[in-house]
Amino acid sequence: MNLGLGLTRKLAGRRATPPVESIIRLFLLGFGVISVITTVGIIYVLAAETFLFFSDVSLADFLFDTEWTPLFADKHFGIWPLLGGTFLSSFIAALFALPLGLLGAIYLSEFAPERIRKIVKPMVELLAGIPTVVYGYFALVFLTPALQNVVPDLSGFNALSPGIIIGIMIIPTIASLSEDAIYAVPVNLREGAYALGASRLSTVFHVVLPAARSGILASVTLAVSRAIGETMVVAIAAGQQPRLTLDPRVPIETMTAYIVKVSMGDTPTGTLEYRTIFAVGATLFLLTLVMNVITQRFARKYRGVV
Amino acid sequence: MKRHVRKWSRRKETLFIGLCIVSLAVPLCLLFAMLIDVALDGISRIDWQFLTSYPSRRASSAGILPGLVGSAFLIVLTAVISLPMGVGAAIYLEEYGERGRLANLIEVNIANLAGVPSVIYGLLGLEIFVRFAGLDRSLLAGALTLSLLVLPVVIMATREALRVVPKTLREAALALGATRWQMVWRVVLPMAVPGIMTGAILSISRALGETAPLVVIGALTYVSFLPQDPMSAFTALPIQIFNWVSRPQAAFLENAAAAILVLLVVLLLANVVAIVIRNRYQKRIG
Repeated sequence: MNLGLGLTRKLAGRRATPPVESIIRLFLLGFGVISVITTVGIIYVLAAETFLFFSDVSLADFLFDTEWTPLFADKHFGIWPLLGGTFLSSFIAALFALPLGLLGAIYLSEFAPERIRKIVKPMVELLAGIPTVVYGYFALVFLTPALQNVVPDLSGFNALSPGIIIGIMIIPTIASLSEDAIYAVPVNLREGAYALGASRLSTVFHVVLPAARSGILASVTLAVSRAIGETMVVAIAAGQQPRLTLDPRVPIETMTAYIVKVSMGDTPTGTLEYRTIFAVGATLFLLTLVMNVITQRFARKYRGVV
Repeated sequence: MKRHVRKWSRRKETLFIGLCIVSLAVPLCLLFAMLIDVALDGISRIDWQFLTSYPSRRASSAGILPGLVGSAFLIVLTAVISLPMGVGAAIYLEEYGERGRLANLIEVNIANLAGVPSVIYGLLGLEIFVRFAGLDRSLLAGALTLSLLVLPVVIMATREALRVVPKTLREAALALGATRWQMVWRVVLPMAVPGIMTGAILSISRALGETAPLVVIGALTYVSFLPQDPMSAFTALPIQIFNWVSRPQAAFLENAAAAILVLLVVLLLANVVAIVIRNRYQKRIG
């Protein structure tokens, strides 16, 4: 590439931008704009198909029916069983990951020697590098049989085991991001607390954690959003039976798992069944979007403080 | 009295630290237990026949060849598509991004895209690439979908790598009369390439394990041929695993375990390569 061209000077001390430069700049900008187009594309695709979906199914049925049976002869289109399934598995995941991830983060940033921190942190992040289909296998083949020894009446497909596995998956998100937030709390805050006679524990709980609050909250909302969007683990191990229940021992179906189930069935374009996955996808997208917006609000606040 | 209080608070602290260590150990131990379990289940199934055979209704004669080849094609195509786009966008944001509204919009947008569930990208790919663009269930449709999926991560990783290059070098280049692109192309990029490579390998290798978007765009589960060109139908290793996991027979679960081992080894290799590049790079800068 001949880049020696175009170093012409228009005025003393001012350089005209050569045309090649502007073209390159536009090219690079174009790549950046692709990400915006992607977002527009996602919203358009979801909205268009969902719009068609609601020309056949009333919004009231979608929101108030308590059954989801679009593939049966007796069709019902109530989103609640799928929303409930997503809620249940994500709730279990959060219940498992929240304390473990947070305690881990506190330990790594406040108590662990630097040497240990350097080894353990990448190990924790390794948890996020395992493909989700592998986690699905773990939930079905390893954890469910293990839990069946402990939990009576645990079905072979259930919400509990995938919930816990998703919890393991999102621990790195909570631990790593919270650790960053806690680590970033200025040392002089801690020193001030020690100077006032506070113990290490009460310094952590009364000074450091409150100071790192928005960063920690951002990590939690991001992790929950990941749990909501997680697909393969629930598609493999949760059972594919839409059911409005809070019982973690029975088979359920999440929004994501439903999309996978219908996609595998080779449903023809333009049918109502085909459109259901977009209506469900739109609901899922809205839910994660809300979580992401909250995350970014917390993250901005946290960056503002530190 | 005072000493008693101090002793109690120290004991409390020790207890708390113990609790913290247990919280870290529980998920890590579970992961290692599961990895060992899958290794024990799968290792006996891995042999030349398994790696070079097509799927079969009989578990004992089934293999992962189409999945392996499909995944290889898919990842190369994804890299070819997403790398220029991601690096280009990152260069724009880091080196050209006058804090304008557009740069800001792109930035917020990338952060949001990174949080969109992968299955939604599948829906996007299904409508745009498979149906609208008429690519059908081809490798190209799969690679394009995965490219959009990894794009935000590639952009973020590349920006990190660009930020490591000292600002003074840029200023020196500009002071010597280089144009912005000359500065980027001759000064910044040569220094940032190892970092970009590391980030790119790590983020694109994640596409290797992606299953949900490929299932949604309709990757096949039973393939008895190898893909010939980007328009071929295909399967991928994670799809094959999903297919075997979904079957009730124990023999197929064993196949799934073996295929998982292969997938994990490939991922591990990608990570090792990335780390080696990073270490070399750090040495050079130091």
